[in-house]
Amino acid sequence: MRWDIVYNNLDYLLWGAYPEGPLGGIAMSIVMAVLGIFGAFWLGLVFGLMRLSQNRALRWTSVVYIEVVRGTPLLMLVFWFYFLGPVLFGYTLPEFQSALCAFIVFTAAYIAEIVRSGVNALPRGQMEAARGAGLTRYQAMRYVILPQALRNMIPSFVNQFVSLTKDTSLAYIIGVNELTKAATQINNREVVAPAEIFMAIAVLYFLICWVLTAFSRRMERHLARYQARGR
Amino acid sequence: MGYQFDWSLVLTGEYRDWLIDGFILTLKISGIAGLCAMILGTVVAVMRLSRVKPLEWLSLAYTEFFRNTPLLVQIFFWYFGSEALLPTALNEWLYSHDFEFVAGTVALTVYSSAFIAEELRSGVFSIPKNQLEASRATGLSFLQGYRYVILPQAFRIVIPPLISQLLNLLKNSSLVMTIGVMEVTYQARQVESFTFHGFESFTVATVLYLAVSLAVSFAITMYNKHFLRQLRY
Repeated sequence: MRWDIVYNNLDYLLWGAYPEGPLGGIAMSIVMAVLGIFGAFWLGLVFGLMRLSQNRALRWTSVVYIEVVRGTPLLMLVFWFYFLGPVLFGYTLPEFQSALCAFIVFTAAYIAEIVRSGVNALPRGQMEAARGAGLTRYQAMRYVILPQALRNMIPSFVNQFVSLTKDTSLAYIIGVNELTKAATQINNREVVAPAEIFMAIAVLYFLICWVLTAFSRRMERHLARYQARGR
Repeated sequence: MGYQFDWSLVLTGEYRDWLIDGFILTLKISGIAGLCAMILGTVVAVMRLSRVKPLEWLSLAYTEFFRNTPLLVQIFFWYFGSEALLPTALNEWLYSHDFEFVAGTVALTVYSSAFIAEELRSGVFSIPKNQLEASRATGLSFLQGYRYVILPQAFRIVIPPLISQLLNLLKNSSLVMTIGVMEVTYQARQVESFTFHGFESFTVATVLYLAVSLAVSFAITMYNKHFLRQLRY
């Protein structure tokens, strides 16, 4: 076993050529995941609320979006954004941007489902009481339902963030400089230690994801105590 | 713009055959990996429920590790790492027998089995504890309690999430294109690079995936409506 190869290339795995060159390695994966979840949160919130809307057209648009995206592999979406830039805009989007768009569109569909089930999980009485107190439907959503529902959804968002962190590895396929790409580069250069290199990056991904998963489980237990319940 | 659509390119002739062959291979690799993952996942779940501490820890480590690392990295690990891990003779044999397919199947099996084990475990845990206690009190043994009381109930709860895990497996199988398994995503990419008609070929591939996913999730919804209603605690 040649663990020295992993050790010698550790800085490249962690942040790429950063101070002198472009950011890479796991730092890049994290940047993508954070930007991705941020974009996906807002897009997913919009689609989640559309899904709950009384307006038939909005609701069906959202259903189609959610079902289509959830029925398609992420890799497909990554290719769609990468290869179809030329068709739609006349020029190829840079790898980073097109992968990020794919991640946002993909994750937003799952977030929309989280938002929908989070809102539905609140007891009906909350909405009824808010409407009864004279709030409009929009106000009730904005000031009564969402503040409670979003809080309860935090663990699910963290889980989604964990999946997204794992999914950023797909950006390698179109050539974004992130952890998996760094590993394959090192593997191509060194040749003799593929098992060690891929084991090492698996551990790097694992550490991030596992810490976050453990955190979300704790939070889930904590939040469960403060939930408004129906009878 | 200036992109000329040419649907006949992917709907007839050679390129259509490529896509269809790819889709058959997708179904094949997902089917084999799905079956193996069910078996392996059941074993891991049983270990977790076995009340033997070392087995429980082993199973916990297995599910946590494989669920929290990217599938792509696992695929590369099995594909590139097998040379160091397996004896030379076995590797030689594998290289002459469609090694990409085997490595891809192993990666998909291991990854999915971790998720399936979690679903099975949480299904069993979702049955209230006093069910087992009651069955023990009526004179059933531990195994009988599981066999006749817990598992029949857990089974029904577990079916929909299990099926959606299998659907995830179908979608995840697109990743094995990276090691050169010629499934439908790979073929769509091939058609793209031969013809520059990526729009059409990716549309066909996407529609194929969607058709399976939507049909199955429709079936799950129906199942939930009809069978899960009776189960309320």
